[in-house]
Amino acid sequence: MCKTYKQIVVLSGKGGTGKTTISSAIASLLSNKVIIDCDVEAANLHLTLKPRVENKYDFYGGKKASIKQGKCIECGICESICNFNAIKNFQVNPYECEGCGFCYRVCPEDAISFELQLTGRYYKCDLHDGSKFYYARLEPGETNSGKLVSELKEKAISNINESVKWVVVDGPPGIGCPVNASLASADYVLIVTEPSKSAMNDSIRLIGLLRILKLRAGIIINKSDLNEEVCKAIEHYAFLENIPIIGRLPFDEQVIQSLREGKSIIDTNELYYLKMKDAIKLLKNEIRDHKNKLVEI
Amino acid sequence: MWDTLINVERGQELVISIASGKGGTGKTTVATGLVQTIENCSYFDCDVEEPNGHILLQPSIEQTEKIYKPVPAINSDLCNCCGKCVDVCEFNALINIKFDIVIIEEMCHSCGACQHYCPHEALSMRRKEIGELRKGNTGNGVLFVDGVLKIGEPSAVPLIKKVIERVKPDVVNVLDSPPGTSCPMIEVAKNSDYCVLVTESTPYGLHDLVQSVDVLKALRIPFGVVINKFEDAFKDIVDYLEANDIDLLMTIPFDRKIAEAYSSGKIPAIFNNEERNKFEELFKRICSKVKTTGAEVV
Repeated sequence: MCKTYKQIVVLSGKGGTGKTTISSAIASLLSNKVIIDCDVEAANLHLTLKPRVENKYDFYGGKKASIKQGKCIECGICESICNFNAIKNFQVNPYECEGCGFCYRVCPEDAISFELQLTGRYYKCDLHDGSKFYYARLEPGETNSGKLVSELKEKAISNINESVKWVVVDGPPGIGCPVNASLASADYVLIVTEPSKSAMNDSIRLIGLLRILKLRAGIIINKSDLNEEVCKAIEHYAFLENIPIIGRLPFDEQVIQSLREGKSIIDTNELYYLKMKDAIKLLKNEIRDHKNKLVEI
Repeated sequence: MWDTLINVERGQELVISIASGKGGTGKTTVATGLVQTIENCSYFDCDVEEPNGHILLQPSIEQTEKIYKPVPAINSDLCNCCGKCVDVCEFNALINIKFDIVIIEEMCHSCGACQHYCPHEALSMRRKEIGELRKGNTGNGVLFVDGVLKIGEPSAVPLIKKVIERVKPDVVNVLDSPPGTSCPMIEVAKNSDYCVLVTESTPYGLHDLVQSVDVLKALRIPFGVVINKFEDAFKDIVDYLEANDIDLLMTIPFDRKIAEAYSSGKIPAIFNNEERNKFEELFKRICSKVKTTGAEVV
C-alpha cells in the first residue's frame, strides 16, 4: 500500500524550548492526523491534549540477569566476564546490568536467569476531535527508551488508515538513542529552537545528525524576541544551511500561564493562533514543494 | 526522610548531581550557579548529547582526549558465517546476511560475548571513536570537564562514564546531568552523594518531577528540589513536596531578565548579587543534608 500521509517529527536538541507547546498547537490546527508523544521518559503532551485512553499495552524493554541463590557455586566467572561491573559478591546490580546475557551463557552451573522485564506501558487514545493519540511511559529508572519509542511508533503507524494525512511526532530532547528512534521513517523535521546560545548550539548539533540521516528540516524560533543578536545568528546559520524559518513566536508570559491552566496556547492567545496558522501553512508548502526532491538540507 | 541513606564510603569528597526529568528546567543554570559559589570545586557536564556548561562557564580548554568504545571486527579469512556471534548478541548488533556477517556498531554495547563465543577466533575488538573529553579551567579556578558525544553516535552512557571517572577526590564535584529518567540520567545520579532535582512551576514540570523522584528513591540517593520559573499561585509542586516529605531547596522566580541573561550565556549567579546569595544558601543546605567535606562557601 502506498503511504498516504507525511510524518513530521518535532525536535529541539535542547529541552524546554517548546516542543510540546508547538506540538499541541499543531495537533489542534491539523485535521486527519495521528499524534505520537515519543518523549517516553518525560511525556507531557497528554497533559494538554487530555485524551481518552482506549487501550493499554505492556512494554518488555529487554532482559536482565539475576543469580539464583542456592544454585550458584560462587566460582566468580560471571563477575570476571561482565564488562559493566554489574556483578559483585554473586549478585547482579539491576541498574548496572545492560542485558547482554554474557553471564547467563557463561555460567557453568546454569545458575543465572535471564528474563524479559516489564519496563513500561504505552497507550492508544482518542482525542476530542476523534483522531488518535499515542503516548508511553517508561518505568522510572529503566533503560531502553529508544526501543520503547520504536515500539510505540510501530503500533501507531500500523493502525493508520487511508484518511490520515499527517503524523506528528513530539520528540525527546538530545541527539542520542531515543531521538534516533523518533526519526525512523520521518518525512520532515521541525526544529523548535530559541534565541539562546545554548539552544543554538544544540540545534546545530541536531542539524548535524539530520544531515547524517539525510532528513529535511525547518525551524521555528520560539521566544524569538528574547535576544535579538542570537536570533539573528540563528537566522543567518539557517540561511547558510538552506533551512527555512517556518515561524517566529515571541516570548510571552501567557504561554507558561496557559500551560499551568492545562490549555493549548492557541486557545488562549490570538497572536499565537494566527502565527501558528501561518507556520503550518508554510510547513505544508515546504513539505509539498520538496515532494520529489530526495535529500536536501 | 532519605537523609539516612548517605553513602559514607566515599570519604572526603562530595558529589552533587543536578538532574531533571523535563529538559530546559534550568539544570545548567543551577549547576553553574552552584560552582560559582563553592571554593575549590569541579564541574562535570555529563549531558554529552547537548553539553552547554561551556557556554556559561567559558573555560579555557587545556586538554582534549578522544574517547573510544570497543566494537567487534571480523577477520573474514577465519569466519565461516556459522552465526554463533549473531545468536549471542542481545542487541542485534550483528546480522547474518547469507554469506556475510554485518556489524552495526551503533547498536553494540561492547559486552564482548560475540568474541568469546566465536568458535573460529574470527572476532577481535577494535576501537570506535564515540566522542571527546575536554578538560580545562574557568577563570576563577573551577576545574571544568565535559564530554561531547560524536554526532550520530546514539549511546551516551560509555562517554558519560568516562566523564565521571574524572571526578576528583577531596573536593566538591558538581555533575550536570542529561534530562530524562533513563540510562544517561541514572548513570549520573547513581554516582552522586546527593541529587538536586530542578523542576519548573508547570504541570509538565510536576509530572516529570514525580518520575525523577521515583528513580532516586529506587537508587536510594538522597535528594532535594529546586523550583525554577517559580509562581506562587501554582501550588501543585509545593503541595506535592510537602505531602511526600521532600526538601524544597530553593526557588528561582520566573523573570524575563533571567531568561535574557541566560540567552546571552551569562550565569544568573554572577550577574545578580541576590541570586548569588541564594546559591550560597543552596550549597549550605545541601551540605547540611550530606556528610560535609570541609569545603567552604567562598
